[in-house]
Amino acid sequence: NRDWLGKYVGMSKLALRPKSTEEVSQVLAHCNRRKLAVVPQGGNTGLVGGSVPVHDEIVLSTSRMSQVVSIDALSGVMVCEAGCVLQTLDEQLSQEGLMMPLDLGAKGSCQIGGNVSTNAGGIRFLRYGSLHGSVVGLEVVLADGSVLDVMRTLRKDNTGYDLKQLFIGAEGTLGVVTKAAILCPPRPKACHVSFLACRSFGDVLDVFRRAKSDLGEILSAFEFLDKESLRIYLDKASKAKNPLPDFDGDFYLVIETSGSNSDHDYEKLEAFLGRCIDCGSVATGAVAQDGAQSKDFWRIREGVPEVLASFGAIYKYDLSIPLESMYTLVEEVRTKLKGEAHVVGYGHLGDGNLHLNVVSEQYSDRVLGMIEPYVYEWTSANSGSISAEHGLGQMKQEHIGYSKSPLAVSLMQGIKDAFDPNHILNPYKVLPTCHARGS
Amino acid sequence: LGQAEGRRRRAGMRVLVGVKRVIDYAAKIRVKPDGSGVDKANVKMSMNPFCEIAVEEAMRLKEKGIASEVVAVSMGAQASQETIRTALAMGADRGIHVQTDSELQPLAVAKLFQAIAAKEEPKMVILGKQAIDGDNNQTGQMLAALMRWPQGTFASRVDFPEEGRANVTREVDGGLETVSLSLPAVVTTDLRLNEPRYATLPNIMKAKKKPIEKVTPEDLGVDIAAQIETVKVVEPPQRKAGVVLESVDQLVDKLKTEAVI
Repeated sequence: NRDWLGKYVGMSKLALRPKSTEEVSQVLAHCNRRKLAVVPQGGNTGLVGGSVPVHDEIVLSTSRMSQVVSIDALSGVMVCEAGCVLQTLDEQLSQEGLMMPLDLGAKGSCQIGGNVSTNAGGIRFLRYGSLHGSVVGLEVVLADGSVLDVMRTLRKDNTGYDLKQLFIGAEGTLGVVTKAAILCPPRPKACHVSFLACRSFGDVLDVFRRAKSDLGEILSAFEFLDKESLRIYLDKASKAKNPLPDFDGDFYLVIETSGSNSDHDYEKLEAFLGRCIDCGSVATGAVAQDGAQSKDFWRIREGVPEVLASFGAIYKYDLSIPLESMYTLVEEVRTKLKGEAHVVGYGHLGDGNLHLNVVSEQYSDRVLGMIEPYVYEWTSANSGSISAEHGLGQMKQEHIGYSKSPLAVSLMQGIKDAFDPNHILNPYKVLPTCHARGS
Repeated sequence: LGQAEGRRRRAGMRVLVGVKRVIDYAAKIRVKPDGSGVDKANVKMSMNPFCEIAVEEAMRLKEKGIASEVVAVSMGAQASQETIRTALAMGADRGIHVQTDSELQPLAVAKLFQAIAAKEEPKMVILGKQAIDGDNNQTGQMLAALMRWPQGTFASRVDFPEEGRANVTREVDGGLETVSLSLPAVVTTDLRLNEPRYATLPNIMKAKKKPIEKVTPEDLGVDIAAQIETVKVVEPPQRKAGVVLESVDQLVDKLKTEAVI
């Protein structure tokens, strides 16, 4: 009933844990007849309250559907059930020399059905792209219980409208994903991680520009965190270590390269870093010399959201903003909230995705009022997206207007009505309530 | 040389550090189907963690002014140079690569170190207590015996109370033991000695320009013939899956019949 952040609590009295697509089909057919609302739930690690009931909707958990159906090492396509945990999938794939095309902090708990339904992004989006590209097939149970099989393991299939794309990112409101076929890339033979410090956001952008041209095809992640993020992380995380204790940077970068030849990659990386140091864009940095050090650097970036969740109150924003102005928003919010709360900015810089978080000891409506709708309006005015990867869920259900036109929203509502006329699938989420039918 | 630098150089000592290229501590390993050894193809290689600690300790000695020069030594195929470069990126001054494609066992390594020490005349040789591939824990001890030098093994702390002596606190079964060694001496590092620094950018750039001298076992006049033959390598038996029990009675029953109670 409660989400990962502890922010959204529902009042469901019933949770179902089907073991097969057939059982899911029977459940939904029954619920559709009796107009009972259902919340599909995977690992329950979503950050916008999309995976928990709002009232007493029935929770439909995919956790027991955790079989890997097949892995084809030659084509790289893996077919698995929706309840498979991301990290477990990655470990199994590594035995075939493959890897999952996405990676996020919640990997130990999140399930692939949920990842697909939220079109999850993560730290490797820069290199492997969106699930809209990596998902080559789906099996979905529709609201009336019928099983839609758009499951193929083919790379290319231009026969009619690509229905599976609708379900990717629909947050469980158009159907329940029960199986996915994912195109998995080869596991890189060489991986190098560096942790760098920069003096200004302008320098960060310069490093990114150079990374794209100098590291090009081997660049696999480009993440940033600001000084305040690192300060809070070092303060709150257990066994936290600052790789660059002698320098007080304003911004820190985690840059990862992945390739098929360690010597070539390291040579490229060294040359790139040398140029960045020479021109001053990078003040200092460290390069991981072994697997343990690589994990250390990633632990810092992935640990920031975790330590932030330990504060009494957290206001979380996931925004796509043009790179040049991205950090300006953080600075403006920080100025507005001076003395009231800590404001941090971090995220997938390479994808133009900022995670803006405001934390304090206690929740306050007044503080919320200072942040919203200011952040959404600012983002909208700069042609950004108010939800880069987290989705809309409950949290931003009424805010879609900041990033999509009324015509677009109206077409979405039409699609929702076509797929789920009784509105039993994950109600009170994603699309604004003015559209909801009684259920 | 300036006066102070000259005094420091005369006062400081040369430290030799051994660094071995091994399969990365975090990598998953597989035994070759023919049982002849571990499959090293396409597996990530890095510096042995205990050697990292050795380099770190040597760097701390240099920063304290006790050591004046840190020389990193690695032995093996061409790729061993990468491991020396890591040591140089951590701050070592120069490297020595003993080039050979043959298998090197601890006694051969000790003899090679002996030959190098004869030329370099270090006041201290710091080695990892063992390498995580062989887990032999022999090289340091053998080297000390060959050189007839004192040894402080499993070091969790090294102090220099006076000129020409070192106090080494060792991790032993009963706790901690401190021995006083006259220099030159061999020290092998244990896990708690220090936390190695990361290789940072300015040093990584400088490392490219630091010299690495290449020698062969023949140049050093050392016979490295293997004296031990590996007969078979097998994986440990697979752990059986756990069983979920229904009651305390069942647990007690299993403890009596299956576990040894």
